[in-house]
Amino acid sequence: MFPPANDPPRAHSHPAVSYLDSERTVWSWLTTHDHKRIGVMFLGLLVFMLFLGGVFALALRVELLTPGRTIMSHEAYNRAFTLHGVIMVWLFLIPSIPSSFGNFLLPLMVGAKDVAFPRLNLLSLYLFVLGAVMVVWALVQGGADTGWTFYTPFSTSTPSEVLPVLLGVFVVGFSTILTGLNFIATVHTMRAPDVTWMKMPLFVWGIYGTSIIQVLATPVLGMVLLLVAFERVAGVGLFDPARGGDPLLYQHLFWFYSHPAVYIMVLPGMGVVSELVCACSRKNALSYRMIVWSTLGIAFVGFFTWGHHMFVSGQSTFGVGVFSVLSMLVAIFTAIKVFAWVGTLYRGSIAITAPLAYVLGFIFFIVFGGLTGVAVAVASLDQHWHDTYFVVAHFHFIMVGASLMAFLAALHYWFPKMFGRRYPEGLGVGVAMLIVFGFIATFVPQFLLGNMGMPRRYAEYPERFQSLHVASTAGASLLGFGFLAILIYLVWSLRHGAVASANPWASRGYEWMTQSPPPPHNFHEVPRHPDGPHQYDVPGVPHVS
Amino acid sequence: MSLEPASPPVVPQASHFGSDAAREQAAHVGMWVFLATEVLLFAALFTAYAVYRVDYPETFRAAREHMKVGIGTANTYLLVTSSICVAFAVWSVRQERTGLATFLLLCAVVLGLGFLTLKGVEYAAHVREGALPGRWYALEEFPRPGASLYFTLYFVMTGVHALHVLVGVGVLSVLTVQTAWGKYSGRYHTPLELGGMYWHLVDVIWLFVWPLLYLV
Ligand code: HEM
Ligand SMILES: [Cu+2]
Repeated sequence: MFPPANDPPRAHSHPAVSYLDSERTVWSWLTTHDHKRIGVMFLGLLVFMLFLGGVFALALRVELLTPGRTIMSHEAYNRAFTLHGVIMVWLFLIPSIPSSFGNFLLPLMVGAKDVAFPRLNLLSLYLFVLGAVMVVWALVQGGADTGWTFYTPFSTSTPSEVLPVLLGVFVVGFSTILTGLNFIATVHTMRAPDVTWMKMPLFVWGIYGTSIIQVLATPVLGMVLLLVAFERVAGVGLFDPARGGDPLLYQHLFWFYSHPAVYIMVLPGMGVVSELVCACSRKNALSYRMIVWSTLGIAFVGFFTWGHHMFVSGQSTFGVGVFSVLSMLVAIFTAIKVFAWVGTLYRGSIAITAPLAYVLGFIFFIVFGGLTGVAVAVASLDQHWHDTYFVVAHFHFIMVGASLMAFLAALHYWFPKMFGRRYPEGLGVGVAMLIVFGFIATFVPQFLLGNMGMPRRYAEYPERFQSLHVASTAGASLLGFGFLAILIYLVWSLRHGAVASANPWASRGYEWMTQSPPPPHNFHEVPRHPDGPHQYDVPGVPHVS
Repeated sequence: MSLEPASPPVVPQASHFGSDAAREQAAHVGMWVFLATEVLLFAALFTAYAVYRVDYPETFRAAREHMKVGIGTANTYLLVTSSICVAFAVWSVRQERTGLATFLLLCAVVLGLGFLTLKGVEYAAHVREGALPGRWYALEEFPRPGASLYFTLYFVMTGVHALHVLVGVGVLSVLTVQTAWGKYSGRYHTPLELGGMYWHLVDVIWLFVWPLLYLV
């Protein structure tokens, strides 16, 4: 565990008026323009979404305990996996790190008092709420059964409640566009004088890369969702082969967004990890520049790989080959990052803390998930694995394994900054280990299942798959317990945790240069940043080891 | 150095950051990014148009005969003219000629309303003919799939565009009133400029929609 860091305790610093207690009414929260409050409100909403999506996940795993019917009908199963996917992807993973931690930290990290457009920021929060309410309302109405991808022509003909879900996702998309736009403008125009491009914290780079993808890809998704909605209402048949339309066009437009979207989900996590490997090993980033350029590389190449989701859907052979090769380029940029992180950790002075435990989990999951990504990007192999549990395990390894790990790492690392309290570190590490183990137990059996031929999205299966399904469900319950434990001890810490100093991790990150929790306008005077945000090799830097 | 600017802020209600120049720059960066998203929004529709034109070249060419080329062309003139008015309005505000600017903005609003009116006339004609998409399609002379898709694209593309015109007219109206009240001057005119940029984009998109649907 970290000893208390050697910076002055709070009593010696500024009179501690923080953004949390400067105004106390509910109204002041609902109308705030403060990026920190907006970030905290997003955090609360997103945790709730994670919980909701998680309940559906557990329900699915319980259904799969036995080969036949366990607790729900086939229809209910279809609706459950759709809502699980829709909530997790659109309402949790995509906004998760940018909208909560990005909002809270990005202005602090570039030395600004707020984001460029504070009112737009609040609007983005309310759009998110509106979209989420529409989706949850559809859930109460009986739910949709299309899967999170809304593939046509099924999504235009099923009688279930697809329309509010489509429109809800559309509205949430607007929220992410506005957030991304705000971040881009903030990074471009509001950096403090010392924060040059190459002295920007790596987390900011991660969020910046993500924002670019968000503003470039989301409008296309928005339009295609509207077209599907229109098709449902007017029966126009744009994507329905029976009426002259082209379902492949839907898939192209959908994946033109949704493949980059998977990098929307993973790049912020990479930013968190780049930030944390330095702070947790007390070393400079091994090649800051490579981390930055590979971030932009991923953002760029991500736009040219969408076709790998359509290998078996009747694309031309030439297209298949091109998309296969382009997909593999992404792995190169990811590998660059992994080498940089591992090289940073190598011979660092490491103390095992909860954030570091999640970071190590992240690195494991991204390597494993990325490698299986390359495997499914090989078109001939994908013939075998497409739409099986192998793919399910692939993307859960990255999206849940890696992205969620990063979310949890961020939550633990920045908790003292956000709320001025510390959580019990020993408990944190223990639960982190439980969660990493739970993930492995949940998803490794799914790789095996997929390879044996278990298709995805089926409620029933032959006897011989049962033992692996049971193993997976057991892992999922461990995960459930782990999350519950985190929720409990963090909520407890909000009131009863040890009071945190301004910089409890003795970090060099810019956000730690103001008090914890920060004052309403972040800084009492313009912050000076003579050193880079990850520079641990200057004399006099406090060491924790 | 304090973060508070000494002079009154150039952008009202944005007291939270640096210099006037930084604020203006932020506003422009934000607007450009927003315009990029708008272009991409339409990009999906243009892609769909390209795909179905390749699939049904004959039908698309024939269906175009049902467009009211006169109205479409008149609308192009209206939009381009109003765009020019807005550009001159921004210029006149920079010259501190508020009265002229108000007049020009008013012209732009009227021209925009003219566009919408003509569009309404055109839609009404299509409804009467039965040139509607999907289940309401009632034109006898064309094979259904291709022609229905054409009219779908027509209605979605022009509909989404008309929605943008409507929003633009709203924005311009507000700006007109504010200009008349003397809110903008040679020193401070950022909102006017941003509103103008948006209106130019609406115009530019129409310059792509119009030839695709009415001419080629
Ligand atoms: C880096 C983060 C990544 C994430 C978050 C991710 C996520 C996903 C998701 C969500 C799916 C399933 C989509 C569906 O529902 O059908 C998927 C499938 C796929 N992924 Fe990834 N992926 C990542 C990396 C990669 C990489 C690096 C590659 C290739 C080198 C790759 C190749 C594929 C392929 C080919 C499929 C389609 C498999 C199939 O459906 O047969 N992925 N991925
Ligand atoms: Cu993909």
